[in-house]
Amino acid sequence: MTLAITTRLARGRRPRWGGVIVASVVLAVLILAAIIPGLFTPADPLQTEIANALLPPSFAHPFGTDQSGRDVFARVVYGTQHSLVIGFTATLIALVAGLVIGTLSGIAPRGVDTVISRVIDVLMAFPEFLLALLIIAILGPGESSLIVAIAIASTPVYARVSRVQTLVVRRSGFVRAAKILGVPPLLTVVRHVVPNTLGPLLVMATIGFGTAIASAAGLSFLGLGPTPPTPEWGLILSEGRNFLGTAWWIAVFPGLAVTATVISATVVGRRLLARRAGWAQ
Amino acid sequence: MNSRNDRRGGRAILWLLGRLGGVVLVIWGAATIGFIALKFIPGDPVDVMLGVQSQVSDETKDLIREDWGLNEPVIAQYLSYLGRLVTADLGTSYQLRQPVTDVIALQLPSTLQLTALAVAFALALAAASALFARGRRAGRAVSVLELVVISSPAFWTGLVLIAVFAFGLGWFPVAETSTPRSLVLPALALALPVAGIVSQILRQGLDSAERQPFATSVLARGASRSRLLGRHTLRHAATDSLTISGYLVGSLLGGAVLVETVFARPGLGRATLRAIIDRDLPVVLGIIVLAAATFAIITVVVDILYRVVDPRLRDRADAS
Repeated sequence: MTLAITTRLARGRRPRWGGVIVASVVLAVLILAAIIPGLFTPADPLQTEIANALLPPSFAHPFGTDQSGRDVFARVVYGTQHSLVIGFTATLIALVAGLVIGTLSGIAPRGVDTVISRVIDVLMAFPEFLLALLIIAILGPGESSLIVAIAIASTPVYARVSRVQTLVVRRSGFVRAAKILGVPPLLTVVRHVVPNTLGPLLVMATIGFGTAIASAAGLSFLGLGPTPPTPEWGLILSEGRNFLGTAWWIAVFPGLAVTATVISATVVGRRLLARRAGWAQ
Repeated sequence: MNSRNDRRGGRAILWLLGRLGGVVLVIWGAATIGFIALKFIPGDPVDVMLGVQSQVSDETKDLIREDWGLNEPVIAQYLSYLGRLVTADLGTSYQLRQPVTDVIALQLPSTLQLTALAVAFALALAAASALFARGRRAGRAVSVLELVVISSPAFWTGLVLIAVFAFGLGWFPVAETSTPRSLVLPALALALPVAGIVSQILRQGLDSAERQPFATSVLARGASRSRLLGRHTLRHAATDSLTISGYLVGSLLGGAVLVETVFARPGLGRATLRAIIDRDLPVVLGIIVLAAATFAIITVVVDILYRVVDPRLRDRADAS
């Protein structure tokens, strides 16, 4: 679901250590699969073998095979790279853009700050997924516009949080001290304000990473992202949709991968958030 | 007494007028941002309209441009767009050659049915889990379930529901969209993530309300647990859930795009997707305005409900 809400849900709920460890292991395995997919499967995700089409899960094909006899497990493993890279890049862009916009808005004169805040308010009136869709209407479909669309759609949340953080830090003693000591304003922002706003944003980004991967899968499920035969989770799912009655495994396993990623990112993010809350007290 | 009530009524009306002004501002903001964004689309809108492979002479293109008012300065186009917006005229679809309001009106009922049932499912599920999963162990089990449901993408949940209940058990039709029975699975797919979130917020709210001194004093007065829940803690927990529910209902349109595609149902979501793929800009802009209006109106409705649930807010009408 949307980042604003998942972050909010994390308040007051500290995940148990067992869950956090499992989630970290899942994330580590996913990252490994993204870097060296060959480690997990000898099969080629693009190798078609019509004789082996639509085989149910078995020892040779743990997730079965699809309509052209490609190994679904291999496709899911190789798909990790696409999904993780899209999710990571989109989150990174949103984080940096949100940090810059939010910090500038926080230190800008009141009029500028008001205008930026109102634009953020209006953008937040759109559900994130719908906003990403609308941005794709402008950019046209494709993998890179998918990344940009998800990044822009989630920027307002980061911008809002970093603006609020900036406003808080600006009034703190050490920033006033820096001002009195004659530290140039820009240096104060870079050395003192940004490091303090970055912490909460990074924690949000952990959860946002999962949300971004789910949005990416949704958009490419709709055919707005990478093109076939790219092994990407959303795309494999949409191909599996046509064979749901005969071969459920094509659609079910990539979705399971998305869900596992989102859950793991959320659990780790919540743990980090609980830790921050603990520090604050 | 009477005059006090009148004053209170007057305040409430002023408050409502202020909020409705806010709605208009959000719609204007969304229309403006949308208009500016669509002007950034690379390429000539006429080429976009006609498609890449069209063989149309430049004179005809000029005529079309003239016809759609695309030759006028951008500011004039913007002002005339706003002018038409006031009269609820959203322009004409490039692809379907019919008014955007008609396109939306045609698709709206199907999506409204879907979202209305989804909201009902979500609230019922959330209420059930909040009321019945009160024990420690049950609470833990439910919170794991909530996490899974929230983290599963709605389109995947939809596919799993079809695989299990339509293909596997045959309880629901596979490829039918007109009967009430066919509405159940898509509404459930749309409802589950929302139910997970609302249930989590509701349970958190109930837990924290029960830890407050007033809960102890209600129990000490001899009231039963169910009375405490029904008359006191539920009200407290409901305010937070209301905000979230409002936001989520607003976001259902985004989910509808996916769920309607999964279930091959006609509706606003698929019309949105179609418009985006065809680059039917007037329709896209119309949906932007509609989504913003929906969100803004829901926010006002939630604020009104807030005052119904929480009496403390009613007398603060002038303060806010």
